[in-house]
Amino acid sequence: MKMATAVHPVPERENYLNQEYGVRSWLLTTDHKRIALLYLASITFFFFVGGFFALLIRLELLTPVGDLVQADTYNKLFSMHGQIMVFFFLVPSIPAVLGNFLVPLMIGARDLAFPRINLLSWYLFIIAGILMMHAVLTGGVDTGWTFYTPFSTAFSNTKVIEAGLAIFVAGFSSILTGLNFVVTIHRMRAPGMTWWRLPLFIWSMYATSIIFLLGTPVLAITLTLVIFERAFHLGIFDPTRGGDPLLFQHLFWFYSHPAVYIMILPSMGIVSEIVPCFSRKRIFGYSFVAMASIGIAVFGFLVWAHHMFVAGMSIYAALIFSFLSYLVAVPSAIKVFNWTATLYKGSITFSTPLLYAFGFIGLFTMGGLTGLFLAALGVDVHVTDTYFVVAHFHYIMVGGAVMGYLGGMHFWWPKISGRMYPESLGRLAALIVFIGFNLTFFPQFILGYLGMPRRYWQYPPEFQVLNVLSTAGSTILAVGYVLPMIYFLWSMRYGKHAEPNPWGAAGLEWMTPSPPPTFNFEETPQVTWEAYDYGNIDLPKEVPVER
Amino acid sequence: MFDNFPLWPARASTTAGNVDALYIFLVVLSSFMSVAIFLMILAFAARYRRRPGHTAEQIEGSTILEITWSVIPFGIFVVIFVWGAVIFFQERTPPRGATEIYVVAKQWMWKLEHEEGHREINELHVPVGRDVKMILTSQDVIHSFYVPAFRIKQDVVPGRYTTAWFRPTRPGTYHLFCAEYCGTQHSGMIGQVVVMEPSQYESWLSGGGTAGSLASTGQTLFQQFACSTCHRSDTQGNGPNLTGKFGKPVLLEDGRTVIEDENYIRESILNPSAKIVAGFKPIMPPFQGMVSEEQLNALVAYIKSLSENPSGPAGSPTMLPAGTQPQAPKAQ
Repeated sequence: MKMATAVHPVPERENYLNQEYGVRSWLLTTDHKRIALLYLASITFFFFVGGFFALLIRLELLTPVGDLVQADTYNKLFSMHGQIMVFFFLVPSIPAVLGNFLVPLMIGARDLAFPRINLLSWYLFIIAGILMMHAVLTGGVDTGWTFYTPFSTAFSNTKVIEAGLAIFVAGFSSILTGLNFVVTIHRMRAPGMTWWRLPLFIWSMYATSIIFLLGTPVLAITLTLVIFERAFHLGIFDPTRGGDPLLFQHLFWFYSHPAVYIMILPSMGIVSEIVPCFSRKRIFGYSFVAMASIGIAVFGFLVWAHHMFVAGMSIYAALIFSFLSYLVAVPSAIKVFNWTATLYKGSITFSTPLLYAFGFIGLFTMGGLTGLFLAALGVDVHVTDTYFVVAHFHYIMVGGAVMGYLGGMHFWWPKISGRMYPESLGRLAALIVFIGFNLTFFPQFILGYLGMPRRYWQYPPEFQVLNVLSTAGSTILAVGYVLPMIYFLWSMRYGKHAEPNPWGAAGLEWMTPSPPPTFNFEETPQVTWEAYDYGNIDLPKEVPVER
Repeated sequence: MFDNFPLWPARASTTAGNVDALYIFLVVLSSFMSVAIFLMILAFAARYRRRPGHTAEQIEGSTILEITWSVIPFGIFVVIFVWGAVIFFQERTPPRGATEIYVVAKQWMWKLEHEEGHREINELHVPVGRDVKMILTSQDVIHSFYVPAFRIKQDVVPGRYTTAWFRPTRPGTYHLFCAEYCGTQHSGMIGQVVVMEPSQYESWLSGGGTAGSLASTGQTLFQQFACSTCHRSDTQGNGPNLTGKFGKPVLLEDGRTVIEDENYIRESILNPSAKIVAGFKPIMPPFQGMVSEEQLNALVAYIKSLSENPSGPAGSPTMLPAGTQPQAPKAQ
């Protein structure tokens, strides 16, 4: 069969990629897999726009004086970096790309419950993206990604309304995606796919969707109020008109703290898929890992005011929010311990996805542990609004979420594209990302404890050494991020064809060809086994991983 | 070595050491936890790498382990929580008798005014060993008063007072940063706190001529705005007698009781009808937009000084309901 392919190529099997060609077939598709690819292209664009801003920020901070850009430009750069990375990359990244692609495949469904709504959510995202890019290109916005009032409503003279509107629309795209996932997971599981047989990625998508549905409307309301106060001078947040600026912070963080879990839960789901596969073991403590996702989603809604310990809030409220923040740390710790325990007595191959998963566990652990510092009231007073916070949330949102995303992209790339990426380059990129990331962000913990405030265009000269280290790290990190994009594109044409199940992984998505046919499965699968049934799955004869 | 590469800023307040102690505990704890997890992962990865003749052993999980690694971390978290909360309560509770400094923040400068009437911009002089309470407000957007060497930070919010306090322990010059993003020159909104030996401080105080103490400026304004017409020092006025009320509960017309603090005085000047004292009519005009933040501070300082009157029943915690206010010592 192999030789026959070499001599005269047999016509390629029909799959979701080659079934139809042409722009129309993509722009009007309702296939969840194609929509996932539309999202992949869109968020990759935004990732590099946001990354470009980040590089400019780091270059400006190479020296203590403001020399590369003007103060106003700098303020716009970090604002737009945050807004684009959070709302146009991190929030949609895993759910809209890998979630879209995998949720139906993993539960044995033909598509999501509402394929047209799925397409609509991508169009909303694109409208939002165009609005955002228009705001960026016609002057930008300088409110920080947090839009704190009354600065955003009464003082900033940049494109606040347009950026707010863009994020408002992007939020509806998230809500629709969340709605689609919740309904799909409830209603469209294949026969035998019970809740306790669901892959943990599905549990994490379910938890994420709950946050999308409950949290995002609050963000939409908050931004609407900001826009109304700015446009029509209503007194909601502006104290000179009888408003309350702290009300804004409560509303904003009510969404934006759970939003951190929108970014990290999906990555946790991916790690829970990768670690069992490459250690050939069922996951340790399945139900605890699954319930930890739900626990994080629920408790995540009860901790928002830990962003406001020095904002002028009552000290008794601060006490309660500090305590609740420690509660939410418990399920995160449970997950880390369970992944580690899964390795015990496994049979481990160090493939690229597993390297990213290790990177995730390491960086997420450090991000989580530094969260303990920030939840401790007395310490938070000193380190909040400094580079300590910047380092902490980048360890979670970049070290954690992006590592998980890249790990997932490598793990499922053979399924998505039908091609293998070059394994050795993959491992190299994982290593570069890990080193670059730590060099960029670890010095920022020290900077923060030394007292360097965030969002500073200029800084006292004693902070320079650590800033230079950080900037150096960011250039390494940039290489690590560009590399996978290049070899993924390369592999689409030149990569080795992928088997249906190149990793010998458990999960329904591996029981259909790579890339899958349009309706995913030739016939509806019947599930009679539990997730991660690695005791009964053999590695493929030809393991694609060299020793 | 740490002189060239410090890991924490100078410790120049009574709080700094407490914060650092918890911080160092957390650094040690986190390092231990991370190293333990990383070593475990590396050890498993090496010990159980894939090799011929070795297959994975399927293990379902262990409820006992799950409970262990939930309960033990939670116990540790509770310790950190309590420790952090204790420091926070000390940080947030200004001692009685602290020297008060009024701070007005604006884009992009710090205006500071001492009780004695000295005004400073982007610079604050304080003596070693004295408790200093900051009463902060902003003229425009939210700022944040941050002195890393003291380990204190407090957001400065327009439309209200926030407070912070510290007791400097080491003479020197320390950074004062704005820590809440406030627009174009946010990173330029920096200044310094100069901590001086008490003797130096006294000579610094006597150096600059002032127009009188903050409270006396307030007294002048109190006459000028005709506040004194209604707020008399007896019970005959149309407004409540303000003597001896600061820090005490006030019974309101709607039955609530509030403590008279800086924010209550501030609100009662700007928007008097918000909280009417029991037994009085809402006849006072609002002063919102008619007084500057500095004038407001002076008025607040003056009204507070009415409760420090040594001839009054100051100090004795008389919890008299408002309306039956203690008689000014005129009868004597």
